[in-house]
Amino acid sequence: MVAIALLSDFGVEDGEEFDLSGAWKLRLLSELPIGTVGVVESLDLPGEIQHHLMHMGFVPEARVMVVRRAPAGDPTVYSIDGFEVALRRDTAKAIRVRDYEKQ
Amino acid sequence: MSDCCSTATIDVPIEPRVAGKIRTVALVGPPNSGKSTLFNRLTGLRQKVANYPGVTVEQRVGRLNGIGRGDLTLIDLPGIYGLDSYSEDARVAVEVLHGEMPGTPAPDAILLVLDSLQLRRQLMLAAPVLALGLPTLLLLNMSDLMEARGGRVDTLALAQELGVPVAKISATRGAGLDAITHFLNRKAEPEQPAVAAGSKIELPVMGNPRSYRQWATGISTRTKYKAPISNEWTKRIDGVLLHKVWGPLIFLVVVFAVFQVVFSIGQPLSDGFGEVLNGAGGRIGALIGHNWVESLLIDGVWRGVASVLVFLPQILLLFLFIGVLEDSGYLARAALIADRVMRSIGLNGKAFIPLLSAYACAVPAIMATRTIENKRDRFATILVAPFMTCSARLPIYMLMIAAFIPNKPILGDLFGLRAAVMLSLYLLGFVAALATARLLKSSILKASSAPFILELPQYRFPTVRSLSLRLVDRGKVFLRQAGTVILMVTLVLWVLSHVPFHADLARSVIGRVGQFIEPVIKPLGFNWKIGIGLLTSVMAREVIVGTLGTLYGADPATQSLGLQAALRHDLTLGGAMALVVFFAFAMQCTSTIAIVRRETNSWRWPALQFAYMSALAYVAALATNQVIVHFVR
Repeated sequence: MVAIALLSDFGVEDGEEFDLSGAWKLRLLSELPIGTVGVVESLDLPGEIQHHLMHMGFVPEARVMVVRRAPAGDPTVYSIDGFEVALRRDTAKAIRVRDYEKQ
Repeated sequence: MSDCCSTATIDVPIEPRVAGKIRTVALVGPPNSGKSTLFNRLTGLRQKVANYPGVTVEQRVGRLNGIGRGDLTLIDLPGIYGLDSYSEDARVAVEVLHGEMPGTPAPDAILLVLDSLQLRRQLMLAAPVLALGLPTLLLLNMSDLMEARGGRVDTLALAQELGVPVAKISATRGAGLDAITHFLNRKAEPEQPAVAAGSKIELPVMGNPRSYRQWATGISTRTKYKAPISNEWTKRIDGVLLHKVWGPLIFLVVVFAVFQVVFSIGQPLSDGFGEVLNGAGGRIGALIGHNWVESLLIDGVWRGVASVLVFLPQILLLFLFIGVLEDSGYLARAALIADRVMRSIGLNGKAFIPLLSAYACAVPAIMATRTIENKRDRFATILVAPFMTCSARLPIYMLMIAAFIPNKPILGDLFGLRAAVMLSLYLLGFVAALATARLLKSSILKASSAPFILELPQYRFPTVRSLSLRLVDRGKVFLRQAGTVILMVTLVLWVLSHVPFHADLARSVIGRVGQFIEPVIKPLGFNWKIGIGLLTSVMAREVIVGTLGTLYGADPATQSLGLQAALRHDLTLGGAMALVVFFAFAMQCTSTIAIVRRETNSWRWPALQFAYMSALAYVAALATNQVIVHFVR
């Protein structure tokens, strides 16, 4: 299931292989620099908000890309499953991701 | 009157469900997937559509006349991500689906509308919707765009996976709608089973978004879904419009440009329109002859109604601009830019979308607050929304500015003094809204800050069709208001200003009422005619212009003058500016009062709001007049 989720996110062509040997460590989504991709590990938000975000696609193993920051530096626009959603730093801080770097 | 800005829909008799028989169909789908556009296609109604999530906030009901099935009822629902109610609009959708919404029949079939540009994620919603067990047709909307951008999906495989029929459509173009007719005809025959025989569908564990997503991912892989290449234009445009420096700068330039256009193009248009109306009035008057009928019809009603009608061109221009903002997808970006400011006053950035649409009219804006998840944030937004300068304030602003402010250029021909005064009035309302929100959020509506979760739609070109429908609808609302409320007010005013007979205006009933209240408003620089206008405009702001038109038309001293000249003859600069400042703050609108009562479910909030705004308006107008009288000369 994990493999399917990884391959099919972001409209990546089926069959394309990822190198999973790249070093990855746990971070907060808010810490990721622009242009990088993280894989969601866990969310720690109040019940309803967490549920809402998960229904939007923020579930473990989903890949999130940091697209850009608003002119004031916050909120930040993330791309997930081919659509863009803006989150404040406070919210992004509650989402733990592991760095995903394609070697 | 609370429906001044919404479309008419029908009342549906609620009948018990009969197995196998379809009477009511519901449109279900994620936000901004095109449900309302499809609803308008299928019913021939004009539900509001735009390009941002959360346009529809309550259920709308119509007959399926657009595809010749007027015997069936279609329900349009707010967009949802799942069947849990996290906000007021989502709660509405879920209650209707479960048949728990009083006054709305429970649906016995579902049209599930998904945006095929992001099918993989949107399929997550299919799991809980299919689990409802109702006959369902899956509609892949915007499939023309998907295919044009190199996306594809095997609809047959998808239908087999889900056990329901699947059709590709384009709601904007009206393509593929015959699939809906087929579905409804087939399902109407009771011998047909709800799910095709022999198919065995597997649904994920209910209530767990993670398993929904794995399920959706699995299905999109097996049905060979290939997402279209992402819209590069959206990324490029955002690179500029959300740029650190250019983003806010462009926002300001656009705002300046709008005000200048409203003056440089709108003013000549409305002047010309005014001349046509006056000329017509004069000719009709000549036909009637010089008697009391002419006085009633021309000096009273025609003058009053026409003085409001002339502002139609400017209002349409403003709505054209708002329409472009809403349909292009820029509105969500504006909310993103404004989030920082909104947070500093304790409000959610999402509140910026209702506040921006309040520039058109506060009534739909107050309804749009339903997308705000936190109840206290929502109430604070409702309470400050009427401070935003709605289009009903435009007539009195335009009238006073044209009469009292000289047309001096400030930045060459690009930006004039009149546009600057207008812009400062808009800013005044905005600042009052922010300050009041701050006050509310640090006192009676204190709450921990709610998260900001906002989906950014892709940019789209606003279609000429959609923009012109907006203008036609808005024009109709404005004309209806002029033909009913304003017509009635001017009639009553004319009668009261001529009773008792042969008394001059100051000694008529209306003159006595006006002079009775004059001491209260004298310090503001207002005369008794303005006072009457303040009273009548409690119904709706633009009524004051009609009132002044009628009263100055009934006064022999100003009868021969145009309304602008009559006002200059009767009012000081201080009084004129105090009047527009009064209107920037006062809650002169029964429709707004009614909608606040409905949305907060109590008279307490609208009463508080009305008292607060009126007090603020009085004090600010007083200060304006005193400052101008003492310091400007």
